[in-house]
Amino acid sequence: MWAFINKLRSPKWFYAISAKLQPLFWVAATLLLLVGTVWGLAFAPADYQQGNSFRIIYVHVPAAFLAQSIFVSMAVSGLVFMVWKIKVADMVATVMAPLGAAMTFVALFSGAVWGVPTWGTWWMWDARLTSMLILLFLYLGVIALRGAFSSRDSGSRAASVLAMVGVINIPIIKYSVDWWYTLHQPATFTITGRAAMTMDMWAPLLIMVLGFYSFFIALTLMRTRSEILRREANKRWVRELAEETN
Amino acid sequence: MHAPQGGLMVAIKATLKRDLTLMLRRRGEVLNPLVFFALVITLFPIGISPDPELLASIAPGLLWVAALLAALLSLDSLFRSDYDDGSLEQLLLAPQPLAALGLAKVAVHWLLTGLPLALMAPLLGIMLSLPAGSYAVLALSLALGTASLSLIGAIGAALTVGLARGGVLLSLLVLPLYIPVLIFGAGAVQAAIFGEGIAAHLAILGALLALALMLAPWAIAASLRISING
Repeated sequence: MWAFINKLRSPKWFYAISAKLQPLFWVAATLLLLVGTVWGLAFAPADYQQGNSFRIIYVHVPAAFLAQSIFVSMAVSGLVFMVWKIKVADMVATVMAPLGAAMTFVALFSGAVWGVPTWGTWWMWDARLTSMLILLFLYLGVIALRGAFSSRDSGSRAASVLAMVGVINIPIIKYSVDWWYTLHQPATFTITGRAAMTMDMWAPLLIMVLGFYSFFIALTLMRTRSEILRREANKRWVRELAEETN
Repeated sequence: MHAPQGGLMVAIKATLKRDLTLMLRRRGEVLNPLVFFALVITLFPIGISPDPELLASIAPGLLWVAALLAALLSLDSLFRSDYDDGSLEQLLLAPQPLAALGLAKVAVHWLLTGLPLALMAPLLGIMLSLPAGSYAVLALSLALGTASLSLIGAIGAALTVGLARGGVLLSLLVLPLYIPVLIFGAGAVQAAIFGEGIAAHLAILGALLALALMLAPWAIAASLRISING
């Protein structure tokens, strides 16, 4: 266990191991996303109430899942960085933040697009949309705070603290927004409770969720590798690597 | 070099006394958030409508949002002058835990910002024709809620104190975290207007405060260390 953690400390080791893992996740992501998209958009049956517009969930739900998991992973990486001073953890957190913000935006945007045929409006102060919007602000705060420091180390530690504070607040925000929404629920809209999905609607969704996660892991590995090269540019092993490729 | 004198309570008392004295000598800084609160409340009838019925229906939210912004405005000065004159570094060097000393500073901030805002809110409530029977709840919910706001906001203030222009960034960091407090604070006043039970709202505000009291001091201490050493 400790030997493994000590290995994780070394960016060089991470660079080597991620080179082997990365192609696996890219292949998995491509296959899963292709199968999931074609199945979900072309073969899954249309919803009896919402018709074809329900197919937006094949993008919306995986993006929303990722938006939340990325924030949690970012906070965990921040904790690992603060406690064990593992620099790779901070690099991972750095490259995850923009992807998380992008996924939150995708979830919000797809939710708004779905709202047009379903609610007849682009935006509703729906509990889930509102929580997502707040999550987007939390992401932007972490990104902005990291960028505001001139010293990278201070920026990293400040962003880690903020991510941890944010992750404690996410459940509180989520439940208070849910509670607020039930209290103020507009009477004009009655959103039908989600009927249980049939297997042939549900299976492509599961595939899409797995595909999004694979994509996230693959992209994070790839971007972490670039981040390692950038931050370790004057280390010997990186120079040797550069000479080899030249 | 003297050995550190006195325990934790002595240090907390000294911090409380020092901060209170400093703040009371700079009365402008204590008054500014209150004037800001009154000004923002003045803007709403001008911007929306002077109709008392309309104002009464949105008064709880307006009062809470304006008070929240006023509390936010005062945060930047929480650690700023201590950072500039170096006394924050002395606080870090003190043998007593930084979390406790930070908590003392936040307590003074609440006493001179949150509490006056809570006491002033009923007066502005009259101007927004807030329905009778909700005035005490408004003051109570603000007094409870601003304590959480000061604690959460102090984390943001500690994170940004080392930055030259941290003001806007501070609001960006802190405002999303303020939302639960706003929901239950404004909810308590709404419930009082509709004659529903207010105990649940105030209890949740109290729970949020308990959670913030427990966790925020550690985050404040860690953030101050980052800002000073960075």
